Amino acid sequence: MKEDAAQPLPGIDTAISSRIRLARNIAGYPFTTKMTDDQGAQILEKVKDAVFSGTDAQKRGMEYIELHSLKPLDRQFLVERHLVSPEFVERDENRAVILRKDEKISIMINEEDHLRIQCIFPGMQMKEAWELCNKLDTRLEEKLDFAFEKNTGYLTCCPTNTGTGMRASVMLHLPALAMTGYIKGILENCGKIGVAVRGAYGENSESTGNLFQISNQVTLGQNEDEIICGISNITSQISEQERILRLELYKQSPLRFEDRIFRSLGLLKNARIISAEESLKLLSDVRLGVIMDLIKGIEVGKINEMMLMVHPAYLQKLSGGELKPDEREQRRAELMRTHLQDSIQ
Amino acid sequence: MLCQQCQKREASVHFTQIINGNKAVMYLCSQCAEKKGHFVISPQLNLGDFLWGFPGLAQSEGFTTVKKPDEVCCDFCGLSIDEFRKTGKLGCGNCYKAFDESLNPILRRLHGGVQHTGKVPKKAAECIREMNELEGLRKQLSEAINNEEYEQAAELRDRIRVLESSDKQCGGAI
Repeated sequence: MKEDAAQPLPGIDTAISSRIRLARNIAGYPFTTKMTDDQGAQILEKVKDAVFSGTDAQKRGMEYIELHSLKPLDRQFLVERHLVSPEFVERDENRAVILRKDEKISIMINEEDHLRIQCIFPGMQMKEAWELCNKLDTRLEEKLDFAFEKNTGYLTCCPTNTGTGMRASVMLHLPALAMTGYIKGILENCGKIGVAVRGAYGENSESTGNLFQISNQVTLGQNEDEIICGISNITSQISEQERILRLELYKQSPLRFEDRIFRSLGLLKNARIISAEESLKLLSDVRLGVIMDLIKGIEVGKINEMMLMVHPAYLQKLSGGELKPDEREQRRAELMRTHLQDSIQ
Repeated sequence: MLCQQCQKREASVHFTQIINGNKAVMYLCSQCAEKKGHFVISPQLNLGDFLWGFPGLAQSEGFTTVKKPDEVCCDFCGLSIDEFRKTGKLGCGNCYKAFDESLNPILRRLHGGVQHTGKVPKKAAECIREMNELEGLRKQLSEAINNEEYEQAAELRDRIRVLESSDKQCGGAI
C-alpha cells in the first residue's frame, strides 16, 4: 500500500494501516485442501477471467502474477509489504496473486481458500477499506458462484472464517503502551472479548517496532458493519490510551523523553552497520518523535516506509540484487542515513 | 536414538545452544531438555484439537467436547471426519452438510452463534427470497385447507407449483 504524502491521514499517529480480508470459495469445487492440480488450474483461470475479462482491469492497474514465476526474493518482498501471507509463498503450484498498482487491492488465489480478497488503506480507514473490498466482491460474484449457505454464510476451508469470511484488522504503533508495560493488560482484555492481537506479520509473528495487529475473531453471527464497528471502537480506545500516555510520559520528564528519541535518531543517522531488529526499535522512537512534533522535516509516511525497507527482501530489492548478511547490515545503515538526512532536529 | 544426557529415554528434542558463539547440538528426551533449558515443552497441539476440545477437559464442568460420531465421509470430496479432526480444515462446501452434527457445536463455540447475518450474494439472495416465499405459501395453503377455503387453496397450490418448478439451489453450497 503506497501512501499519498499530500494529505494528513486519519488516525495516522497510532494507526499504520487498516485492512479488510474476505475469504471466498467457488461453488462446485473442493476447497484447496482437497482439490486436484487440474481443479487448482481451473480456479486460477476462473478468477483471472472474472477480474480481467470485459473490464478495464488492466487500465485500472491490476496485474496477475503466478507465484512460480517469482524468485524467492520477490515472494518475500510481497510478504514484507503485507500483500500476501507468509503461508501463501510456501508452495507455488497453482497459486497466483492479483495486485493493483497502488497496492490497495490484492487477491490471493488458492491460498487456504480459493480467493482471499484484501484491501489495505493507510491510517485508520476501515470503512474505506470495506467499501472497496465489498465493491470488488460484488463485482466478482456476478461472474463467480461463491459457496454460500443461508444459515452458515460463506463457506470456508477453516470453520474459524465461516460466515462473513471477513477479517478486519488495524496495525497499531503503540510505543508508549509497550514502553510502560500497560500493553500486557490491554492484550489480555482483547483476548477476553474475542479480539486477536498479533505481531506485524500475522500468526506466530512477534511484535517488532512496537507494531500490533488488532483483528476480529468472530465471523459468524455478526454482520460486516458490526465487525468493523467493534474493531474500530477497540482500536480507537487503545489509540486514545496511547495518546494520553505519550503526553503523560513527556510531561513527567521532557528531557528524558527527548533524550531517548534523539539518541535513537542519532544512532540511525550515524550507524555504519545495523540489524533489522535494531532499526525497527529505533524507528519506533523516531516515529514517536515525528508524531510528537519533536523531530521536524520528515513525514510520518516516510518513517512507515522505512519500517518496511529494513526487512531483507525489500532492502535487497532496493539494492538491485542479493546481498550477504553482513552486506545487508551495511546497506541498511546506509539507507537509514540517506533517508534521515533531510530531518532537522 | 537415546537421549545424550540420561542415556535412558528416547530422544525427542533437537537442542541447540549457542555459548560465546560456539554452537552445541544435542539430542535429548523431553525431561532432560526441560531441565536444561528452563523451558516447558507442551505437547504438540493442532487446530483440530482446539476445535474439538481436549479429551482431558471433557470432564470439567461447562466444557463440552464434541462427541465423536461413527466414521462419516463427505460424499462430495471424500474428507473423513477423522481427517477433519486432525487438521481442523474442511474439504468442500458439502462438508458443512455432511458433518453438520459435529460442526454446529464447533461453530457455536468459535463464534458464539450459528446464524449468518452478514452479506448475501445477489444470486443467493434472490433464491432465499423465493424459498421464504414458498415456505409462506405452504403455510397459507395448509391454513386454507383447514378452513375449507378450497378456491383459495387451489390458487395457492398453483403458485407453489410454479415456484417449485424453477428448482433453484441457493448459493450452490458445493
